[in-house]
Amino acid sequence: MTTRTTPCAGSEAAETEVILDLDDISLSFGGVQALESISFDIRRHEIRAIIGPNGAGKSSMLNVINGFYHPQKGTITYEGVVVKAMKPYHAATRGIARTFQNIALFKGMSTLDNIMTGRVNHMHAGLLAQALYIGKNRREEIRNREFVETIIDFLEIQAIRNTPVGRLPYGLQKRVELGRALAAEPKLLLLDEPMAGMNLEEKQDMSRFMLDINEQYGTTIALIEHDMAVVMELSSRIVVLDYGRKLADGKPDEIRHNKDVIEAYLGVAN
Amino acid sequence: MARHWSLVTSIKTAVGASGLLNEDTPSSEGAAADTFPKLLLRNAEQLASHPAIREKEFGIWHTRTWSEVKSEVEQLAGGLLALGFERGDKLLIIGDNRPQLYWSITAAQCLGGIPVPTYQDAVADEIQYVLEHAEARFVIAEDQEQIDKVLEIQEHCPLVQHLIYDDPRGLEKYSTGSDRIHAFTVVQEKGRQYLDKHPGFFINSCQQGKGVDAAVFLYTSGTTGKPKGVVLSYDNFVKTARSGIELEHLTADEEVLAYLPMAWVGDHLFSYAQSYCAGFCVSCPESAQTVQQDLREIGPTYYFAPPRIFENMLTTVMIRMEDAGIIKRQMFHYFLAVARRVGSDILDGKPVSFLNRVRYWLGEWTIYAPLKNTLGLSRVRLAYTAGEAIGPDIFSFYRSLGINIKQLYGQTEAAVFVTIQPDGEVFPDTVGKPAPGVEIEIQDNGEVLYRSPGVFLEYYKNAQATRETKDEEGWVHTGDAGYFDQVGHLRIIDRAKDVGKLTNGELFAPKFLENKLKFFPQIKEAVCFGDNRSFVTAFVNIDLDAVGNWAERENIPYASYQELAGHEKVYSMVNDCILQVNKDLTADPKLASSTIHRFLILHKELDADDGEMTRTRKVRRRVIAEKYAVLIDALFEGQGVCHVDTEVTFEDGRKGVISADLEIREISSAA
Repeated sequence: MTTRTTPCAGSEAAETEVILDLDDISLSFGGVQALESISFDIRRHEIRAIIGPNGAGKSSMLNVINGFYHPQKGTITYEGVVVKAMKPYHAATRGIARTFQNIALFKGMSTLDNIMTGRVNHMHAGLLAQALYIGKNRREEIRNREFVETIIDFLEIQAIRNTPVGRLPYGLQKRVELGRALAAEPKLLLLDEPMAGMNLEEKQDMSRFMLDINEQYGTTIALIEHDMAVVMELSSRIVVLDYGRKLADGKPDEIRHNKDVIEAYLGVAN
Repeated sequence: MARHWSLVTSIKTAVGASGLLNEDTPSSEGAAADTFPKLLLRNAEQLASHPAIREKEFGIWHTRTWSEVKSEVEQLAGGLLALGFERGDKLLIIGDNRPQLYWSITAAQCLGGIPVPTYQDAVADEIQYVLEHAEARFVIAEDQEQIDKVLEIQEHCPLVQHLIYDDPRGLEKYSTGSDRIHAFTVVQEKGRQYLDKHPGFFINSCQQGKGVDAAVFLYTSGTTGKPKGVVLSYDNFVKTARSGIELEHLTADEEVLAYLPMAWVGDHLFSYAQSYCAGFCVSCPESAQTVQQDLREIGPTYYFAPPRIFENMLTTVMIRMEDAGIIKRQMFHYFLAVARRVGSDILDGKPVSFLNRVRYWLGEWTIYAPLKNTLGLSRVRLAYTAGEAIGPDIFSFYRSLGINIKQLYGQTEAAVFVTIQPDGEVFPDTVGKPAPGVEIEIQDNGEVLYRSPGVFLEYYKNAQATRETKDEEGWVHTGDAGYFDQVGHLRIIDRAKDVGKLTNGELFAPKFLENKLKFFPQIKEAVCFGDNRSFVTAFVNIDLDAVGNWAERENIPYASYQELAGHEKVYSMVNDCILQVNKDLTADPKLASSTIHRFLILHKELDADDGEMTRTRKVRRRVIAEKYAVLIDALFEGQGVCHVDTEVTFEDGRKGVISADLEIREISSAA
């Protein structure tokens, strides 16, 4: 893997339009209040980070966004439309893709095939045509394969194109998962701890990929991440959660000097 | 007119089919093609639709013919000219092997400029040195990684005016609104506009160069001091390339994979000069990591690799065979034994019994052919190895499979060839006979001198070094010590200056010992000490792949190189290796005093980033002797353990310190 210089701060998200607006979201599981009236928005083309200590509700937040959980209270507005009771596959067709905290790939399949599955929403031919590789399907499949090859090139994983994913090291599996999410050509990309368990070099590569995705494909990115240095350098704006509540929201510099945030992270004694 | 045309076409087809090129009566002028620009014109004419270069991109091999290459080079040259490139300008080229970068070499030469290919893994400081020294005004880089390096040092290099990049990824921001940073395609577009206005410029410009002109600067990695810019002429390369082509009967139908650094003289000869002279196609791998797969897909007929690549391939095969099923494994070992007995003889055309031929044939069918296919060596007609000594076992392994691998001895200063092993006279421990046109002389102190058409013009801006290396009659001092054996083959034993003496007056040739150690798959690097000492000691680097795999099978847990290197059992294993080397040494009365008495396993791998090795992975003795002075003293003073702090440079340029307490072992047969 090539080494690159330290990534610069994320694109200066000018006041672009809001792609996703979350208003007063509350989510509870039985007696456990996972999210408590949280409001924030994500603007088109920005890199938005969601941070917080363990159990702060970050993953729940992503699950709410892509329709895996349905909040008891509050409204979600995606691209100007209020979405109610959205299922994950609706989210997918509307251009929301995600990666998972625990890698969720098809272990026995090759990198190429795994990424091809991300194109499922771009395959329209019938079952028979697909089985026989004829007519419309043939053209579709070639077109999709071309797109997938651009992603493989983009993520620099040519060398593992035909390797079964289960045999790859963790860092590369993460990258394949990102590739699959990208294959869907998402407008909004949700990344759940994309750098967990990576070494410094892998983190730098991953940061570079995120910036490049943001720049080259114009994809809006919402990410959960623990590594503060990475978050501060990458994101345009950061929302901080703690015990299901919103603690702070703002630009990296504001967050860095926010007293509540410092307390939550460093646990200042009373 | 029509008749005339058809005649010309049929001649072209005939030329293409037979793979022979007309050397003496090429293009319009009637003069012999003695420069690469003229060779390009000739190839574009005579081999117009023959593949010239290939690149794998987005999973597909894209082929360009010679006429397409000509038009690419033409556009680039036009664009460079439009940017202000003048005759005598230097063009720095940094990146992996890419067609665009090979075209850049020719484009600079077409304009009467001089290309300066640079190692793609060089750090910014190293690039700065070359940029300043060569006074380059133009840089063509592969991608953002390389552009970033140049931008990092730009304030120190005010001469640099234009940066051109091939892969636009991440660079759009850099070039918008900049009149210094340009995309390759944009420069070519400028070139097209220029060509529209000046249609005859390209051919004129190409015809201006002469064979004696400087063609390229190749900076030697330099085992000592700053790199030197070796200035080589068109004649150097064209004549050397042609004599090589003649000797080995290379044709326009060879297949070559260009995967070694473009800054290295070997790549310049095999993938550039010989391709232009013979007209064969060169393929560029998809990325540095995919070389093994690309090798298999291309199936080269002409292949070059330094010994370590052959070694790595063999190690991988052996490791993977350990994991294979029992039937496969036994077949593999049985037929490998057969090949070892008779394979080389069959390759050399020596008499072999009928039964053994049948066995070998069966082996070819079940084991050798599939194995060669996996390695991508099925079609290899000619393979060279050079640069370092190759282990006899490794060498014999490939030859026994029917791969015609030969050793050669060469230098940047000679445009590669000094000696080559002729077909049928291949031995693991020699480097062969003088190449065509090369004269060799051995001096009294054992140093090898040569004179040939490939001898370089000078070291750029370093008249003193030029004088020290090349005398008035054109003899070049190699700095290597060697001798001719009974059959007239040259044997190289060490660098002349590294050959030292033990206190008892006996010869001490460190590299000879180190190579013997490195022939063990477990040992990756070794550094021996003994000059002016009473006995010999060694630093050892274990091979993480080979030893790591062994450790896994032995259930030895380890978290890092350092931990594995310090393991008791690893020490015992290395001890056994050294014991065997010592046994071989005692057999030779001249070397009996060089037996290794004490050793240690280093806590980190020797690395080019830390200055301990050159980019071509040659050990830098002086740096190591300074950096690890504590350890060397401990080796000779008889301590059992020694503490050391070592500064290391990470791949991103940051520095850190590794500390360790290293065990020092006395060689014992009891261990």
